[in-house]
Amino acid sequence: MSNPVRTLATEAITPLVPEKSEITLTVNGAVKRLAVAPWTSLLDLLREQLNLTGTKKGCDHGQCGACTVLVNGVRINSCLTLAVMKDGAEVTTIEGLAAGDTLHVLQQAFVDHDAFQCGYCTPGQICSAVGLLREGKVRTADDIRELMSGNICRCGAYPNIVAAIQQAMRQDGGGGEQ
Amino acid sequence: MNNFSYTRADDVAAAVRAMSAEQTAKFIAGGTNLLDLMKENVARPSRLIDITRLPLHTIEETAAGGLRLGALVTNADTAYHAQVEARYPLLSAAILAGASPQLRNMATNGGNLLQRTRCYYFYDAAVPCNKREPGAGCPARDGYNRIHAILGTSDQCIATHPSDMCVALAALEAVVHVTGKNGGRAIPFADFHRLPGDTPHRDTSLQADELVTAIELPARGFADHYTYLKIRDRQSYAFALVSVAAALDMDGDHIREARLALGGVAHKPWRDTDAEALLSGKGATPENFQRAAAVLTRGARGFGHNNFKIELAQRVVVRALQLAVAMK
Repeated sequence: MSNPVRTLATEAITPLVPEKSEITLTVNGAVKRLAVAPWTSLLDLLREQLNLTGTKKGCDHGQCGACTVLVNGVRINSCLTLAVMKDGAEVTTIEGLAAGDTLHVLQQAFVDHDAFQCGYCTPGQICSAVGLLREGKVRTADDIRELMSGNICRCGAYPNIVAAIQQAMRQDGGGGEQ
Repeated sequence: MNNFSYTRADDVAAAVRAMSAEQTAKFIAGGTNLLDLMKENVARPSRLIDITRLPLHTIEETAAGGLRLGALVTNADTAYHAQVEARYPLLSAAILAGASPQLRNMATNGGNLLQRTRCYYFYDAAVPCNKREPGAGCPARDGYNRIHAILGTSDQCIATHPSDMCVALAALEAVVHVTGKNGGRAIPFADFHRLPGDTPHRDTSLQADELVTAIELPARGFADHYTYLKIRDRQSYAFALVSVAAALDMDGDHIREARLALGGVAHKPWRDTDAEALLSGKGATPENFQRAAAVLTRGARGFGHNNFKIELAQRVVVRALQLAVAMK
């Protein structure tokens, strides 16, 4: 015999505790099997579960670009990405750009041009610039300014960021690879 | 963000079935607007139906000589697609005038159509909003309404549609293909988005279970004479205060046909075919452009902070037409 009170309680509780999904991500070259709740953003997964805190949480609304990472080689806002939707993807964060002790050309260019002050936006700026060079649409400094507009620098290091990206473009011919 | 369940749909029919079975669910693809709204507690879906693995990722030529843009092609891949750039540069320009590169890499064509207004009061769950909660009231009418609509408003709502892409699609007379539990249908772009009227909670004419599958561009792309001119508070990565998509078919110094659509001024991309008809067969003169701009903005009214948009919209139309004519 059914108990109406019990049925109601079950119905009320069930949607509140959805199961975690198991996903596989390749993060900076390492294959990870992970259990994630549906609402876990890729940003929170990287920072809270994988301890990759280089990727920063700025606005958490896709407005500042501090959370920019590369998914399958394409720059995106990890704060507006659900981890569960990226099952099978390759993710590259700021921690995955250097080859051992050799910095990525963009990391070295940011050092050479002092392209930061407080540094909080820098991982997002560099990952965004890697994506920018891979996209291959930049010819001029104005193009850089327009196509880096999704990365805000509150310290106002923009002139040096543009100079750093120009140096990296000269070094790798605009291909965005090391 | 509220807790929710998650389902990944394998085909269009399964996605529609899942939505029909749970109408408090939402489809998710790029997620750039929906997840933002969920973080603000403006959207509270019981389930997200992931449609990113549906086979809607291609851009193909149509038998009619146009292009069919898959609903899941990203805004970036659409804007930079060789055929779109060559034949529909107005659409490329409009897409690239919106959002940031990261967001354009995520956002899909279907989602761009379905993004919601950026009215600050709609976004603030602590204040009333007729779009969020029918009958609650509209603080924008007497509030800070600098970004709000001047055309097609109602007592209930003065929100604008935020898309740039949609302004170009309106001018190009695109067709939106959708599939629901009762099958597919094609919606002319002018009928896809709605004016607020007494039901501002409804942005579009989509039924609850319908999924956008493609956007079809007619053969004519107006690639020789076009402009997307967007006026905003900063040079990049900002929503339009006023934008205009202008497309002309020229015969020497005369206009054979004109298309004009305004963004940032109404609940949908704003067209008035009377303004366009006024230009056909006429010379490309500033006087004719001003007359067309006056017709396109007839009936405009401001709400205080946005009064400037009435004059601005007319100037932007004239300038966009001049730029379109000046192209080689």
